[in-house]
This record gives sequence, structure tokens and C-alpha cells, in this order.
Amino acid sequence: MILAQLSTQLFTTDLPTLIGGLVLLLGVLLLLVRAIAGPTTYDRILAMNSIGTKTALFVALLGFITKRPAFLDIALCYAILNFLGTIAILKFVRYRRLS
Amino acid sequence: MIANINGILIIDLVLLTLVIITAVAVVEVRNLFSAVILAGIYSLLMAAFWTSMDAVDVAYTEAAVGAGISTILLLGALVLTGTQETVRRAVHWPALLACVLVGGLLIFGTLDMPKFGSPNAPAQQHPIYHGFTKQNVPKAEGGKSAEDVYAYNTLHPEDAGKHPDYFHGHVPNQVTSVIVSYRALDTMFETAVIFTAAMAMIVLLRGRRGNPLKGGLL
Repeated sequence: MILAQLSTQLFTTDLPTLIGGLVLLLGVLLLLVRAIAGPTTYDRILAMNSIGTKTALFVALLGFITKRPAFLDIALCYAILNFLGTIAILKFVRYRRLS
Repeated sequence: MIANINGILIIDLVLLTLVIITAVAVVEVRNLFSAVILAGIYSLLMAAFWTSMDAVDVAYTEAAVGAGISTILLLGALVLTGTQETVRRAVHWPALLACVLVGGLLIFGTLDMPKFGSPNAPAQQHPIYHGFTKQNVPKAEGGKSAEDVYAYNTLHPEDAGKHPDYFHGHVPNQVTSVIVSYRALDTMFETAVIFTAAMAMIVLLRGRRGNPLKGGLL
């Protein structure tokens, strides 16, 4: 009840979506730590892949905040791009060349 | 008590902090493979930021080119070089000074610009019309823009035919009008940029022995 009041008084966007976005970015921060410090190559690749997933989720969430469901399509495209990028990187790591 | 907090603003600030952390990490990290990965992460975060700035097309280009193609090209460069950066710690003071000066000048230049999103900005107030480009976007019979022109001309009979493109069926913002309505202008200079880039690539790489791109990308 108090939270709902707060959300109408304080925030132009509603509180749950804001908290969702912040939690998502907290996840990105943790993954960033893994990408910078990660001892092995695979930690870094996994971190980049997960951050790509988080970006897609962020775009979808933004679509909900601004009430534009068309953003879901963009999120799907991001997921596909992310998958392709990860495949390319893994191929490089495995074969040491790209062609 | 704070009157009104914009949730999107908070999210943007956190996102930009993450972007800065990543950028510093890209410069500081010594292992080149991690640098490539971090550059990809930087692009992904920037894509998220562009999306929250409502520039979905820029965001998509950033994700496709920055996180996709650039990462692959950098990995291709990594095939030819070592994986470890040579350590060079000394700060080049004149370069730093030049960077700070140019950055300061650019920020000083933005002070003259109209407020962000201001409806009174010159770009919003002077619509582009056919005299600028000698190119008209045809208004289809029965289409929305044709109806608009008809309505305008019946309201202002003295203006009929004077401003065939005046706001009707067109974007009032000049930049958007050129990019969206007058596609050919935009595309012409894009083609010029790509042509220049291709010529530079050919001049740089042609006839080199052991050309890494021969049979591959070029």
C-alpha cells in the first residue's frame, strides 16, 4: 500500500519496473566483474553472452515501461545477433581462425 | 522531499556508469582477447542505452555492427597478432592535453545549442520544403498527406500551391525530413562514405604479400 503510494508520488514510471531494471543492471555489473577478472577464456565468453541476454531483457522491459510492445521484436533480434556473435567467438577459440 | 524522480533517468545513470567501467576496463586490460570481449560488452551496453534514449535504429546498428561485426573483425586481427599487449605505462602528456582541450572545446560548443528536445529549436521550426532540394515526395490521391494538403488549401485558399510541402505529409524536423522523406540525399552521402572506405581498404591492402584478407573477406 505504502509502496504503491510512493510509486505514484515519487516516480513517473511505476516502482516495480524501475526495481526490475535496477536488478537487471545489478546482474550486468556482476557479469562485468566476471568478464574483467574471469580467469579463463570461457568465463569471459559466457559473461558476454549473458550480458547480451540481459540487454535483450532490458529492451523488453523498456518496452513494458514505455508501453510499446513492438520492443519485444527488437529484443528477439538482439537474442539472435547475440547467438551469432557467440558462435563466431567460440569458433575462433576452437580453430584459431575465422574462415 | 524530492518531487518527481524519473525512473528511466535512474536506470540511464546506472547504465552509463556500467558503460564507463567497461570502457576503462577495455583500455586497462592487458590480454587482447579479453579486450575484444569487453569491447563487445561495451557495444551491447551502449545498444541498451540507445534504446532507452528512444533511438532504436541506432541501437540496432550498434548491436549489429559493434557487438557483431566489430568483434569478429577484431578477432580476425587477433589471429595475426599476439594475444598479449606490450606494456607501455608512460602517459603521453601532450596527447592528454590535446584530448582535454578538444573535449573542453566541444563541450563549450554545446552550450550554445538549444535545450535538449526543445520545441523551439531551429530544426523543429523551419520545415524543409521542395525549394531546398528540388525533390518532391508525391502525394498519392486519397492518401493521408494528400488529404492534409487539400484540407490546408481549403482553409487557406490564398496559400494554395505556395508551399506544396509545408508541414503536410512531412516531418517538421529538418534532419528527420532529410533522412526519412528525402532518402536520396541521405543515401548519396552514405554511399560516398562507403566508397571512400572501400577505396582506402583496396589501396592499403592491394599487392601486399601475405595479404590476410585474400580469398577471405576481400
